[in-house]
Amino acid sequence: MADHDHTEPPSDTALRVKALESLLLEKGLVEADTLDALIQLYEHNIGPQNGAKVVARAWSDPDYKARLLADATPAIAELGFGGVQGEDMVVVENTSEVHNLLVCTLCSCYPWPVLGLPPVWYKAAPYRARAVSEPRAVLKEFGVEIRDDVEVRVWDSTAELRYMVLPERPAGTEGLGEDELAALVTRDSMIGVALVEGA
Amino acid sequence: MNGIHDLGGMHGLGPVNPESDEPVFHAEWERRMFAVLMATFASGIYNVDEFRHATENMAPADYLTTSYYEHWLHSLEQVMIEKGQFDRAELEAAWSNVTAGEAA
Repeated sequence: MADHDHTEPPSDTALRVKALESLLLEKGLVEADTLDALIQLYEHNIGPQNGAKVVARAWSDPDYKARLLADATPAIAELGFGGVQGEDMVVVENTSEVHNLLVCTLCSCYPWPVLGLPPVWYKAAPYRARAVSEPRAVLKEFGVEIRDDVEVRVWDSTAELRYMVLPERPAGTEGLGEDELAALVTRDSMIGVALVEGA
Repeated sequence: MNGIHDLGGMHGLGPVNPESDEPVFHAEWERRMFAVLMATFASGIYNVDEFRHATENMAPADYLTTSYYEHWLHSLEQVMIEKGQFDRAELEAAWSNVTAGEAA
């Protein structure tokens, strides 16, 4: 194999995964084409660019925003997004009075159809432990200072129910179209660990 | 069930340490692990609660010192054995084959 000139041997974990995959293939429990298609889909096609389109639509169309906040799953489906790990969605809106933050303390539940696969820090112990006990300190580590008179609400996701933050639209973006607005919206702003910066 | 996975409010775990420009996967084995999990889950051999139960039953020190996709590896091996799709001896034989192939 091409990897054979590496001086470091492959890790035990990599070998165990390889062994598991080969056993599943041999037993006919998975198919190679399906595996490659799944990787392609989640590495390249499903990601925070989807959620950014939802946010940009909500900023541009008050009727859409009302539908999104009332019942997020069908509103998100209007833009063609839905499915695994996003079967039941709730969108929470940041305002001048409330800042929302998402976590999954028990696991790593995350709204895949709109944000893709979660970053490592979201799945790791420090964020899961601290987002609920000291959210403002965690936000400071991300460079976000929330004023004392703004309420911070933390939403603990579950296997059945996933959240997405609708960030505040930045000042000075009144003339922008949906595509330009979507380009400003980051993954972190839809988790609640960042604000959206103006153009 | 209470357990090590119930991390909300736990102290002493350190800073969050976000990575800038983080890739979707950090190694080829993570891609493969993701794909075999998704494909077997879609086949309905086990459900999400059975899978999570396997993760939540990990030894606490292992749970805290291994990564997300290592949790998946542990739990998928466990749940497939529990469901009788293969046994521990077959899995160990597959490890031996792969290790021998890498050493060749």
